[in-house]
Amino acid sequence: MEITTSWYLVLGALLFVIGGTGLLIRRNPLVMLMCVELMLNGVNLSFVAFAQRLNDIGGQTVVFFVLVVAAAEVVVGLGLVVAILRRRPGTTADDLSTLRG
Amino acid sequence: MVDTLVFLVAAAVCLTGALGVILARNPVHSALMLVMTLFGIAVQFVAQEAHFLAAVQVIVYAGAIVVLFLFVIMLLGVDRAQNLELSLLPAQRWAALAFGSGSLVVLGALIVAVGEPVTGAPSMGGSAAGGENVRLLARSLFSDHVYAFELTSLLLVVAVIGAVVLARKPTQSETPVPEERGDS
Repeated sequence: MEITTSWYLVLGALLFVIGGTGLLIRRNPLVMLMCVELMLNGVNLSFVAFAQRLNDIGGQTVVFFVLVVAAAEVVVGLGLVVAILRRRPGTTADDLSTLRG
Repeated sequence: MVDTLVFLVAAAVCLTGALGVILARNPVHSALMLVMTLFGIAVQFVAQEAHFLAAVQVIVYAGAIVVLFLFVIMLLGVDRAQNLELSLLPAQRWAALAFGSGSLVVLGALIVAVGEPVTGAPSMGGSAAGGENVRLLARSLFSDHVYAFELTSLLLVVAVIGAVVLARKPTQSETPVPEERGDS
C-alpha cells in the first residue's frame, strides 16, 4: 500500500471536519479557539500535500503565512476572552448573545 | 513500507488528538490533546519533506500558541469540567451533526472525484524538492512574496497592540463602565 496525496487530503479533511464540529458543539470560548486551530491545521496539511505533489514551494509559503495569521488570531482572540471572562467569570459563548444590540 | 507505517501512526495520533480536543471536558486536557495533534502534523510535514515547516510547527504552535492557551486557562481558572450533554442547545446538536456528516460527504466526494491524478499549472515558485527545503522556502518568501512577508510584520504589530489594549486594566480616571444588569 502506497501513501498518495489523497491520503493526506483525507486526513486534512477529517481534521477540518472534526474542528468544525467541535466549534459547533463546544461552548467554552477557549476550546472553540482550539477547534479553529484544528481547522487551520487540516488546511495546512492539504497545502503541504499539494506542494509536494505539484513540486511547487508556493504551497509551503502559504502555510508559513497561515501560521503567522493563526498566531495573530490567537493573540487577539485570547485577549478578548480574557477581557470578557475577567468581567463575567464563567461566561460561555451563548451568554455573549447579550452583546446583541 | 516505512512511509505507510509513519503515515498511519501519525494519522492515528492526529485524529486521536483532534477528537480529544473536542471531547475532553476539561479545557486543560483539550489543550494537551491539541499538542498531540500538532506533533502528529509535524511528523506528516517531515514525511512530505517540509522540514522547515515541521520545525516551525513544533516551535510556534506547540511551543507558543498552546502555551498561551494554557496560560490563559490557568490565569482565568476556567479549568473546571464542562458537562457536554447539558451544555448543548437542542438545535446545536443537530446543526453539528448536519455540518459534520454533510461536510464529510462533500469533502470525501470531492477527493474521490478529483482522484489521484492531481494536476495543476506548472510550478511558478520553484520546486519543493527535498534537501534544500529551507533555501527554496526562503527564496520564495523573500523574492516573490516579500511584500506579503512585510505585511505580516505589520499584522503582528497590530495584534500585539490589540492584545495589550484588550488586556489592560482600565484606569481609575476613565469613565467607569456601567454595571451590568443582573440578568446573566
